[in-house]
Amino acid sequence: MTESTIKGPGDPGFSRRDFLRGSGAVAAATALQTHAAAANQEGQAAGPAIVRGETTITLQVNGESKKVTVEPRTTLLEVLRTQLDLTGAKPISHDGSSGGSTVMIDGKPMSASTLLAVALVGKKIQTVESLGGPKPDAVVKAFVEHDALQCGFCTPGFVMAVRAFLDKHPQATEAEIRGGLNGNICRCGTYANIIQAAIAVVKGGK
Amino acid sequence: MKNFEYAAPTTESEALQLLGDSSVSTEILAGGTDLVGLMKKMIVTPDRVVNILGIPSLRTLERRVDGQLWIGAAVTLDTLLDSPYLAGYDAVTQAIRGINSMQFQCQGTIGGEICQRPQCWFFRGGRGLLGEGGQAAANGDNRYHAIFGNDGPAKFVHSSRIAPALIALGAAVRVIGGAAGRGPDGADGEVGERLVPIAEFFQTPRHERQRETILAPNQLVTHIVLPSPAGIANATYEVRHGEGPDYPLAAASAALRMDGERVADARIVMGQVAPTPWNTVAAAALLRGRSIDETVAEAAGQAAVADATPLSQNAYKVQLAKVAVKRAILAAAGHPTGGF
Repeated sequence: MTESTIKGPGDPGFSRRDFLRGSGAVAAATALQTHAAAANQEGQAAGPAIVRGETTITLQVNGESKKVTVEPRTTLLEVLRTQLDLTGAKPISHDGSSGGSTVMIDGKPMSASTLLAVALVGKKIQTVESLGGPKPDAVVKAFVEHDALQCGFCTPGFVMAVRAFLDKHPQATEAEIRGGLNGNICRCGTYANIIQAAIAVVKGGK
Repeated sequence: MKNFEYAAPTTESEALQLLGDSSVSTEILAGGTDLVGLMKKMIVTPDRVVNILGIPSLRTLERRVDGQLWIGAAVTLDTLLDSPYLAGYDAVTQAIRGINSMQFQCQGTIGGEICQRPQCWFFRGGRGLLGEGGQAAANGDNRYHAIFGNDGPAKFVHSSRIAPALIALGAAVRVIGGAAGRGPDGADGEVGERLVPIAEFFQTPRHERQRETILAPNQLVTHIVLPSPAGIANATYEVRHGEGPDYPLAAASAALRMDGERVADARIVMGQVAPTPWNTVAAAALLRGRSIDETVAEAAGQAAVADATPLSQNAYKVQLAKVAVKRAILAAAGHPTGGF
């Protein structure tokens, strides 16, 4: 993902993310290493394997293989945000009711906040970061052109939801788009512009 | 979240082996849309989580020669909606569409949908499934609670949106494990299996050790079995706050076996009104032998709620349940329902 480029006046080289990386993240990483040493991977002689404690798994994220260390309880959202520095998906509702952590798993929109990372080995995980970069996706461009955000916190979830919905329904009408986006909530109420952005993508044929 | 041990079996018997270990408390994980949120809040704190998504037999959709549709418990709701198999099961299709969130539909499974835990805010706030033996809801904010079957400690409403449709259509669930039945060779200890009429699958818990279904900890739902919909006009109608993914305030599913213009037999099941899906025999009885029009549907709605026992703040739900029944019947018969 691209780093946050929003900097305060008189604060030229320092982003909020730099600060976070410099403090808490290091401590967390150290703790993970310590526990990893004590990881308990008992394979039972008979029956399916049981994962206890920490385990190292490989996830396919945005087309790349990523080794991460997780406990069974670690959610995909936690892995994305704290280990892979992919902070697009947001922890808004914790139970998936906001759509704020929407990612695509094998092309389908799901909530990273209610998915266990350990269950996603072998799945194609796509986050909002995959739609950015020097050549942003048509949905990202349309959001910018139609001013489809205010505070922006719900935006990554909406971008992924629009992308997923239009992938499946490229000729969607306005009513269908409104229905398709029901799983996402914007507390600023920017819905009108989000719908316009989605309609523009349909008209643009992308 | 309390940590737990995790396993992803690939066969039904492996799953039962993992669930049958009585030294640990277990939960079954499928889509995770309900369970993971409950575990984060420490409302549910299993020692072991068994992920059933990797069991191929639970992900099948099969139309059998006798017309039955066998739906694997781990089939996701969007897969069902996109399949041709739901043709004729309008009540089920409409209930799944009502869930209104493509994330929940893509992630959630039909088995998880019918086994989801109540949305009751006392339960989700950590005050126990029954909310302090029912006192929390009886004396507190009970605007979304039960208007039927609420004389015991359970005041919550069953949250499943699809279960009323499945009951109306006469579905069964295939349960394996535990005391589900004897194995194919009649020996104890085999993987027993049993087809449970889905109306009998749900129960009203009387104390905190019971749950909302008859499923024992060492049992698993593997399939939902729907009889052929041939000749059954059916529909679901939900009364909602708005268009978001919120749960409805009241809902009803109607299944009508038609004999020409007249109803030969009917089953009407209300949702979101009681600790279980609520079968209304009175409404069904009123429809038999009559042709459906607005007056008859209205009378059936009236009959459905005649013995409602609302709590202090939810008498408004009686009217909503009445309207849901009326409109589900009208929709099943192909009449305009009014409203939207």
